[in-house]
Amino acid sequence: MKLRFVKTLSVLTLGIGLAACSSVSLDDSAAGAGSSGMGGGANGQGVMDPFNPSSVLSKNRSVYFEFNSYTVSSQYGDLVSTHAQYLTKNPNQKIMIEGNTDASGGTEYNLALGNRRAEAVRSNLTLLGAQDVQIETISFGKEKPKALGDTEADFAENRRADIVYLRP
Amino acid sequence: MQQTFNLPYLLEATKKTWLLLLSLTAGLLFAASTQAQLRVDISGTGAQQFPVAIADFEGDSAGRLIAEVIRADLTRSGQFRLINTTGAQLSANSPIAYAEWRTRGADYVAYGSVTTTGENQYEVRYRLADTINQKELDGVAFNGTDRELRRIAHQIADRIFEKVTGVPGVFATRIAYVLKQGGTYELQIADADGQNPQIALRSREPIISPAWSPDGRKLAYVSFESGKPVVYVHELSTSKRVPVANFKGNNSAPAWSPDGQTLAVVLTRDGLSQVYLINANDGSNLRRLTRSPQIDTEPVFSPDGQSIFFTSDRSGRPQIYQIPVAGGEARRITFNGDYNISPRVSPDGRSLLVVTRRAGAFRVAAIDLSTGSETLLTEGPDDQSPSFAPNGRQVLYAAKQGGRNMLAGVSSDGRMRQTLSILSGEIKEPTWGPFGDTP
Repeated sequence: MKLRFVKTLSVLTLGIGLAACSSVSLDDSAAGAGSSGMGGGANGQGVMDPFNPSSVLSKNRSVYFEFNSYTVSSQYGDLVSTHAQYLTKNPNQKIMIEGNTDASGGTEYNLALGNRRAEAVRSNLTLLGAQDVQIETISFGKEKPKALGDTEADFAENRRADIVYLRP
Repeated sequence: MQQTFNLPYLLEATKKTWLLLLSLTAGLLFAASTQAQLRVDISGTGAQQFPVAIADFEGDSAGRLIAEVIRADLTRSGQFRLINTTGAQLSANSPIAYAEWRTRGADYVAYGSVTTTGENQYEVRYRLADTINQKELDGVAFNGTDRELRRIAHQIADRIFEKVTGVPGVFATRIAYVLKQGGTYELQIADADGQNPQIALRSREPIISPAWSPDGRKLAYVSFESGKPVVYVHELSTSKRVPVANFKGNNSAPAWSPDGQTLAVVLTRDGLSQVYLINANDGSNLRRLTRSPQIDTEPVFSPDGQSIFFTSDRSGRPQIYQIPVAGGEARRITFNGDYNISPRVSPDGRSLLVVTRRAGAFRVAAIDLSTGSETLLTEGPDDQSPSFAPNGRQVLYAAKQGGRNMLAGVSSDGRMRQTLSILSGEIKEPTWGPFGDTP
């Protein structure tokens, strides 16, 4: 029998790096914005760089859903169109949409429901010009909740699809 | 995308004191070196309790261990009542004083001997006496090392169970489950009494949906270690594993055909979750089984291998459907309530377990497939992941109490219930293994 112990550090490194790291770059500094953080610099729209943490593309990338629902509410119209515009202008840019659910219900059914949420965001994006090939959808179901409590607010936080820009 | 990194190893976990003791036992703490870290609540008994005397086997501590394991197994079933055997010094060759045992209240007496036949080699000889008919009911010999003594005791308990009740015992079977502790997930396999846990996979990312191959030699499961859900088939004796479904999107919900050759899986490669079939060995020969504009998931094969039950919300809410493996129309099976998921078929193909939501509580129900009648087996509020013991007489499932995840058992007639909680960590996704030899 072979025993192999994987060091914690390498486990973390080889873990879900793509989701956690790819949308946050601490090195990039966009033209004119510096590193002052909030809202960008001189131009009204702010920086359009999804790998810049002060960009609206990085800060506003989550769509929240009602209980058992996978309908993208109209309140996310601006968010969707902002991302769709960026993807249309940058046809080589790929994203992953990660769907999540709250903790209520079965493991596999919630995996499927989370995927439905991600697919709903995909449809909204492609309707506005993004290409299908730019988008992969996955779901974590209820397995990777962001909010760990069991209040209604925690559940609502977890009913969520996140847009994650992939580094080339 | 990150490369899948390979973590298969099999660890002997018996020395780890923090590991769980999963047991469907009636709170018995036996003299063997177990670290009991569980709290057990038990209620109900079987419809009939057979009085049985289990004498210490001749052979010092090994003989006492055999007897203790048998007693714990039979007690745990709720169908036996132990008769005191203090003072009885029986060996496999002893004559049985039937009348004396009858006055003690025993209908059956089990006894035997453990002898050393070589270096770390034992022979266990067992006999079962029927005091009513005054004859020997069973007698057989086993051979093994000291590490195999518990398994031999479970096999003897299974024989006693079957001789007396007519139903095959499941004491020598195993269960698989996921243990989450801190930030680590472990796929563990333990004996049906919770002893001897072995770790098949340890990961910092979730592991879900373990599924035993029909021969008990492999586990299919879903691991998120590469950043997304991928289905693996893991050979227990070698720790070798193969990613059999790693398509674009999600790969999940593996289920074995009865001949072990095919896996049903759920893929989102074509958009929404749908059921597909692949070869269990290498994931080849991908075929799509369901085509609906909604979610289809959680496939399970019927025992005759001809059809698949699955969860679908094609009617608007999740319900259970049945479809021929060869393809065709899906037939709806569940009609009570607006949320029915997690189908599991009984080994005789006659009933179906589901998780159903009633008045906000998730409960396990059993449905008679020929009449459609339903029995609610559990109370909730959040019962998940039911599976049948291979003799169809018990149901193992995951329950939540006080916000903590634990395992629970209920007899298939609903009479006997047990809950088992572990002091540290959360147990999820339990699944009962098949009959068969430990590989």
